[in-house]
Amino acid sequence: MRLSYPSNVKVVKLPCTGRVDVLLILRAFESGVDGVYVAGCMEGECHFLRGNLRARRRVEYVKGLLEEVGLGGGRVEMFNMSASQGQRFAQFAREMTERIRLLGPSPVRK
Amino acid sequence: MIVGNRKDFKEILEKLGPRRRVLVLGCNECVTVCGVGGEREVGVLASELRLFWKKEGETFEVREHTLERQCDCEYIDQIRGFADEYDVILSMACGAGVQYVSEAYKTKLVLPAVNTTFLGVTIEQGVWSERCQGCGACILDMTAGVCPIARCAKSLLNGPCGGSSGGKCEIDNETDCAWQLIVDRLKESGQMERYEEILPVKDWRSGREGGPRKRVREDLKL
Repeated sequence: MRLSYPSNVKVVKLPCTGRVDVLLILRAFESGVDGVYVAGCMEGECHFLRGNLRARRRVEYVKGLLEEVGLGGGRVEMFNMSASQGQRFAQFAREMTERIRLLGPSPVRK
Repeated sequence: MIVGNRKDFKEILEKLGPRRRVLVLGCNECVTVCGVGGEREVGVLASELRLFWKKEGETFEVREHTLERQCDCEYIDQIRGFADEYDVILSMACGAGVQYVSEAYKTKLVLPAVNTTFLGVTIEQGVWSERCQGCGACILDMTAGVCPIARCAKSLLNGPCGGSSGGKCEIDNETDCAWQLIVDRLKESGQMERYEEILPVKDWRSGREGGPRKRVREDLKL
């Protein structure tokens, strides 16, 4: 497809978004990233049945934590796409990059 | 198990005040199982503190440590080597753990990060429900294994009251009426004749009303 997406996006590969843990996302923010998004399979199509649904709940939980510490819940998001939707992957990468650009750099990275 | 809720981050920050060297101390027992004060939750709270103070541009030191239990002195002793390096111990155990750590480290400020709420069970992953109030005089034999002290909003010994409707309690329609559960179970187990027995007024001296409680077993003493 030769699609391009913003080069600032660093991809961390996991076997399933069900592996996404609250601490994993928090550690990313501690290391100074400006935003995190989880790219999971379409809801209802998880190979492990509920991995992406559980990931979504964890992302929602982290949103609350980030609000508490003053980073803002908007810096973390969950997106769903199938493995064949490269266009959608690139689109979300652009959307999230734009959102984070508007929010500015993470206040943790001073 | 003992179930609790994590205190709001804002409240924890207020209690910490200007102290920036913090030992976040978890407990591997009940609070781990109910997802409030185990190693993972210690990691989350420590991470929140680091993110907040980094954002504020402050200098700080946060250490994460989780004990097997905070209600036994041999485990509490395990932090003796480094507890003094911190301004405050932020305990994520139940109220018993917080107090026992505080007793062991009299010169240290020990703060609770958890509100201890009840003795309960795991209904499903992520859901816990109250089952016992530790009244000190168990009557579960009389009530088909359902405790009206802990599970009836009025702790009625002879129920249900007029607030029972469709098997639910009047306090909210998601709370089961304990006495409906008792009657159902008495029927299921063929003990309905027990429902005719009027339970006498309870002697609450075995509970909290009798003051702080203590248990001694001489044969176990060293």
